[in-house]
Amino acid sequence: MTGADVLLLALGAVAVGSGALVVATRHLVRAGLWLVVCLGALAGNYLVLTAELVAWVQVLIYVGAVVVLLLFAVMLTRAPIGPSDDLDRPGWPAALVGAGSGLGLAVLLIDAFRWSRVDLPAAGTAERLGEQVFRSWVLPFEVLSVLLLAALVGAIVLSRPDIGRPAAPTAAPDGGERPARVASTPAADEGGRP
Amino acid sequence: MRPVIPYVTAALLFGLGVYGVLRRRNAVLVLMAVELMLNAVNLVLVTADTTVQAVLPHSGQVFALFVIVLAAAEIGVGLAIVLQLYRLRAGVTVDDVPLAEPAPAVTPVERPEGAIR
Repeated sequence: MTGADVLLLALGAVAVGSGALVVATRHLVRAGLWLVVCLGALAGNYLVLTAELVAWVQVLIYVGAVVVLLLFAVMLTRAPIGPSDDLDRPGWPAALVGAGSGLGLAVLLIDAFRWSRVDLPAAGTAERLGEQVFRSWVLPFEVLSVLLLAALVGAIVLSRPDIGRPAAPTAAPDGGERPARVASTPAADEGGRP
Repeated sequence: MRPVIPYVTAALLFGLGVYGVLRRRNAVLVLMAVELMLNAVNLVLVTADTTVQAVLPHSGQVFALFVIVLAAAEIGVGLAIVLQLYRLRAGVTVDDVPLAEPAPAVTPVERPEGAIR
């Protein structure tokens, strides 16, 4: 085992341990903070695997933006500070499916790779990755930008209740509401009293 | 570098994510478990970038970047839905979400015949 293996093993153990705490803790806020530890350990894993740009993007977007958004959501939904008991549903099927998929995938990958070793390739710096993104992967990159725009617009429309609301009262009095009420009330009366 | 170590890490993280999605009732915690699964996929992609000799270099890392962008979009829309759910029902418990669409509440507005519209 080389130094890279020892680092990968230690960081992987930290990532799996804190990931287990994310899905097992009873404190909502602590789940978000353990997620920070897990994502940071994964960023360290990426650094050992010579994916420099991905590691820093991971720190910037996941630890910097996604976890902060999740913590905002925890605060905005008035989460209790202490431990809360109603976070979980009784979960033998969840444990069964989770352990089955995780251990099954682990067995498959162990069987595929055994204890082989590979040499680490050239580091994925921003220069090399940018060259790839803007040369070979331009179309997916642009499609992703459109997707980000669509997600932004969707989030705005979802979180503003006044968008789309005024259309309903103007359409209802002319056509929708009155025939339905005329038709429904006598039928309900006749059906209810034999 | 032994590639089996990060692969097994990713597999275990994915299993933890599946467990969390199925176990948790709070919608925010479900989103956190989804993040665990996405990160496991990212680790597989980055590790495969070192083990697979592809035609295009660094394809796995480029795909990991794309998955990170997708996760950012997903968390934005997901949190908007969660906050809207909280606004409607004063709670983010996934079990309490009604799956069937509720009947439209017709507000009985009595409008006299001679009223000015």
